[in-house]
Amino acid sequence: MIRMMLPLLVFIGLVGLLVAGLKTADQRQIIDSPLIGKPVPGFSLPELLDLERTVTNTELNGKPFVLNVWASWCPSCRLEHPLIKQLGRDIVSPLVGLNWKDEHDAALQWLGQFGDAWDLHLFDPSGRFGIDLGVYGAPETFLIDHTGTIRHKHIGPVSMDSYDDLVARIRQLEAEAQAGS
Amino acid sequence: MRTPRIPLILILFLLCDVILAQSAIEVRNFNTEVQELRYRELVRELRCTVCQNEPLESSNAPLAADLRQQVYEQIMGGRSDFEIRQYMRDRYGDFVLYDPPFAAHTMILWLGPIVLLLVALGAAAVLIRQRRRMLDERRGRAAPQPEQ
Amino acid sequence: MIGEFGQFTLILALILALLLSVLPMVGAWRGHDRLMASASSLALGVFVFTAAAFATLAWGFLQNDFTIQYVAAHSNLLLPWYYRLSGVWGGHEGSLLLWVLMLGAWMTAVVALSGSLGKQFRARVLAVMGMVAVGFLSFTLLTSNPFERLLPGPPDGNDLNPLLQDPGMIFHPPLLYMGYVGFAVAFAFAIAGLIGGKVERQWVRWAKPWTLAAWGFLTGGIALGSWWAYYELGWGGWWFWDPVENASFMPWLVGAALIHSQAVTEKRGAFPAWTVLLSIAAFSLSLLGTFLVRSGVLTSVHAFATDPERGLFILGFLVVVVGGSLLLYALRAPRIMTGEGFATLSRESALLMNNVFLAVAAAMVLIGTLYPLIVDFLGWGQVSVGPPYFSAMFILLMTPIVLLMPLGPMSRWQNDEFKRTMQPLLWALIGSVLGALVICALLGVWNLRAVTGWIGGLWVMLGAVAFFMRQRRQSRHGLTRGQLGMTLAHFGVGVFVIGVAMVESSTFERDLRFEPGQIVDAAGYQFRLEQVVTVKGPNWSAEEAQITVMKNGEELLLMKPQKRRYYRSGQVMSQIALQPGFTHDLYVAMGEPLGNSGAWAMRIHVKPFIRWIWGGAVLMLIGGFTAATDRRFWQAQSAEDAAIDAGRVTASSPTRALPA
Repeated sequence: MIRMMLPLLVFIGLVGLLVAGLKTADQRQIIDSPLIGKPVPGFSLPELLDLERTVTNTELNGKPFVLNVWASWCPSCRLEHPLIKQLGRDIVSPLVGLNWKDEHDAALQWLGQFGDAWDLHLFDPSGRFGIDLGVYGAPETFLIDHTGTIRHKHIGPVSMDSYDDLVARIRQLEAEAQAGS
Repeated sequence: MRTPRIPLILILFLLCDVILAQSAIEVRNFNTEVQELRYRELVRELRCTVCQNEPLESSNAPLAADLRQQVYEQIMGGRSDFEIRQYMRDRYGDFVLYDPPFAAHTMILWLGPIVLLLVALGAAAVLIRQRRRMLDERRGRAAPQPEQ
Repeated sequence: MIGEFGQFTLILALILALLLSVLPMVGAWRGHDRLMASASSLALGVFVFTAAAFATLAWGFLQNDFTIQYVAAHSNLLLPWYYRLSGVWGGHEGSLLLWVLMLGAWMTAVVALSGSLGKQFRARVLAVMGMVAVGFLSFTLLTSNPFERLLPGPPDGNDLNPLLQDPGMIFHPPLLYMGYVGFAVAFAFAIAGLIGGKVERQWVRWAKPWTLAAWGFLTGGIALGSWWAYYELGWGGWWFWDPVENASFMPWLVGAALIHSQAVTEKRGAFPAWTVLLSIAAFSLSLLGTFLVRSGVLTSVHAFATDPERGLFILGFLVVVVGGSLLLYALRAPRIMTGEGFATLSRESALLMNNVFLAVAAAMVLIGTLYPLIVDFLGWGQVSVGPPYFSAMFILLMTPIVLLMPLGPMSRWQNDEFKRTMQPLLWALIGSVLGALVICALLGVWNLRAVTGWIGGLWVMLGAVAFFMRQRRQSRHGLTRGQLGMTLAHFGVGVFVIGVAMVESSTFERDLRFEPGQIVDAAGYQFRLEQVVTVKGPNWSAEEAQITVMKNGEELLLMKPQKRRYYRSGQVMSQIALQPGFTHDLYVAMGEPLGNSGAWAMRIHVKPFIRWIWGGAVLMLIGGFTAATDRRFWQAQSAEDAAIDAGRVTASSPTRALPA
C-alpha cells in the first residue's frame, strides 16, 4: 500500500517546495553576498568632487561607515536619494557614496540637480571596485564596521520599510565601535 | 486585471534589456588556442548576474561585458581556470557558477539521480526475478532454478 | 463588442465544460445511457465555443482593435498580418486560450475517432478531459482574461516582441501545446481505467495512437524551439537546459517511456500499474511546465510575464488534478491485473530497462531544475544549475539506452537468448565502429566525443536498418505501420546523437574584427567581407554586411547578416546570416562597428552536422505519427482479447502467434 502512496507523497513534497518557491519568487534574482563577514576589499579611487585626490581604505579605518552605490543613469537611485539624505542626518558615521560605472560630468550634474547626500565620494567609472564588492546593480548599500568588515548588504533602493532596520543596524555598529575601542 | 507586483529591484534588471545596443560579440586576441578554448568555456560556465538565466557568453548587459573582460585579462595574466572561478565565487557566490560545485549542499543534486538509478535498477532486478519465477512456475518447472 | 462576445463564448464554454465534467460521470456511475451519450455533444460544444472565442480574439488582432488590452499589448499598426495572428498566442492570456482550443480539438478527435470504446469508458474519458478544461477556462476567465478592455483605446499598440516576429515562433507554441494537451488523452484514459477498476489491454492499445501523436507533436514543438533559438538568438546555441526548456523536455522523456511501457502492457499485460502511473506523470509534467513558465518561481529568459498570484492558482489546479489522480492511483491501482512472467533476457526486460533510464533521466532534469529552490528552501545558500550539470548527467543516463536500443526490437517476447538477439546485429556493431573510425578520419575529427558519438549513432542507425531488413525478410506483409514508425524513430535517435556529438565537439567559432576586403579562414572556408550597407524592412531598418564565402578559391555564396533596429520599440536585434548544409552550417553574426574604417566585430561559426539534430527529431516525429496510424491500435476488441482479459486464456498459449 505504501508503494502505491509513494507517488502521491512525492507530489505533496513537490507542491510544498513550489509553494515555498512562490512565496520567495521575487527574491529569485537577488544574489546573496558572499562578502558578509569579510573585510572590505582594498581600494584606491579618485574622489568624485576632486579627481586629483585619491581615497584609500586607510581614511576610513577605525570607524564604521555606510557605502552606498549609485549612478546618474539609475532611476531607483533617484528614488532612494531623499532617504539617503535623511540617513546622513540620522547617523553619526560617514556616508560614503560609490559612483559606479558612470561618467564624471553626468555624475556631477546629477549631484547638482538632486543634491548631495554623501560625506565622501568614490569614483569607479570602470566598475572594477564594484566587481570586488560583488556589486551587480545600483543602488546597493553596504554597512561596514569599525574593523573594516562588511556586515550587511542591502540590495535595491532603501525604502520606508527598510529604513528603520538599516538605521538600527548602523547604530549597533557604532555602539560596537565605542565598546571595542 | 491585477497587475503583477514588480519589485523595484527588477527595474534594475530590465535595464539590461534596454541597453541592448551593446553586443556580446567582442574581438579578443589570444596567444594560444588553448587560451581561447578556456575563455570560451569559462564564459559559458559563468552566469550573468543581471540577466534572466543567461551565461556571460551570450549576455548583452554591461556588467557581463565587464566580467568577460575580467576573465580575458585573468587568462592572459596566467591565472588558472580554478582561480578564475574562485575569483567570481568570492564576489558573487555559487550563484555565478553554472557548474555547481561538488560539496555538502549539492550532494542531493549530484548523487540524487545516481541513487535513484541504483534504486530503480534494484527494483527492476527484483521485478525481473519475480517475473522469471512466474514464468518458470507457469511452465510447470520446479522452483528454484539454478541461475542462468 | 468583439471583446464582450469573446468573453461570452468563453463563459459558455466553461459552463459546458462543467456539465461535461459531471453529467457523463454520473451517467457512467449509474448506467444512464443518455447522460453518458451527452459527453460527445458537450465536448463538441466546449470546442465550438472555445474556437469562437479564439476566432474573436484573432479578429480583434486582425482588425487592430486596441480597445482590447491584450491586443494593444502585443500588436501594432505596422505589424504584418501574419504576426498579428500569431500575436494571439504571443502573450500569457492568449496562449492559455490556445491551450484550451487544443484541448477542445483533442476532445473532438476523441469523440470522432473512438467509436469502438465502450460507452461507459468513453463517457469517463471525456468527462476527465472536461475537468481539465474547467480548470483552464476558469483560470483564463478569473485571472488571465484576454478580452479585458482598455478604454479609451490607444491609437497604436505596443509592438509584438521582435523576438517573436519570426515564422518559427508562429508554429512553436501550437505544436508544443498539441503535445502537452495530447497527453491529456492518455491521462484521461488512465483515469477512466482507474475509476472503472480495470486496466484492460484494449484501452491501453487504444491509448497508444493518442500518446504517439502527442509525443510526435511535442517532439516537433521542442525541435522547432531549438531550431528557432539557433538561428534567431545569435550565439549559435541550440539548447540551454533553461527551466522552460526543461519543462517541455520532462514530459517528452516520460512520454517516450510511456510509449514503450504501453507496448509491454498492451501486448503482454505486464506493468499495467506503471503504465497508468506514467500516463498520469506525462500530463502532470505538462501541467507542471505550464506552472513553471507562468509563475515566476524560476528565472528564465523564456518565461511569460510572471505573476506569483497566478502561479498559486495553477498550483491549486495541479493539486486537484495531479493530487486527485495520484490518490485515485493509490487507492485503485492494486486491484488491476499483474501481468505475466518473463525471463531475464526478453523484450519485456529490455523495455523495462528503457523505462528505468528514461524515468531517471526525467527525474534528474526535475531535480536539477528545482534544485535552486531546494537549496533556497533549506537555507543552504544559492546554487545555479546549468548545462554543465545537465549535459553530463544526461549523457551518463542515455548512454545505456543508446547501447540497448538495437537489441530491443530484435529481442523476443517473454524469453530470449543473447546470442540469438545479437547475431543479426553483429554486422551493425562492426559497421558502427569501423564506420565511425573511417568517417572521423575523413572529417579530420579526432576527439573522443566525436568518435564515440559516431559509434553510438551509427550503432543505433544500423540497428534500425537491421531490424527493417529482418522484418522484410521474415514477414509476408513486410512491416506494420507500428514497426515502421518505430524503425524511423529509432533511426532518428541515431541521427540526433551524431548531430549532438559533432556540434558539441568540433564546432569552429571565432569573434573577430572584420574589415571590407579582409579574408578570414574558417574550417576550410574563406570568408570575405565586401561591404556594409543600409536596408529597410516593414517595421525596422538595418545595417547589412555582405560576405562572400569561398572554398579553394571558388566563390560559393553570399551571406548577409544584419543589425536591425525596430522603430516602435527601439530595440536592436542581430539578424544572423545562416547557410544551412547537410554536413555543416555556416553562421555569421554582426557585433558592433569598430572605429570609422568600416570595420565590424563579427562572429563566424562553422557548425558540423547541426542539421542532424533537428533532422533526427523530424524522423522521430514522422516515426511517431506513422506508428499512430497503425490499424491494430484502432480495432475493436476481438473475442480473443476479451478472453485473455477475462483470464480464461493466457497470452503465451502456443496457438497464439504474437506479432513481433
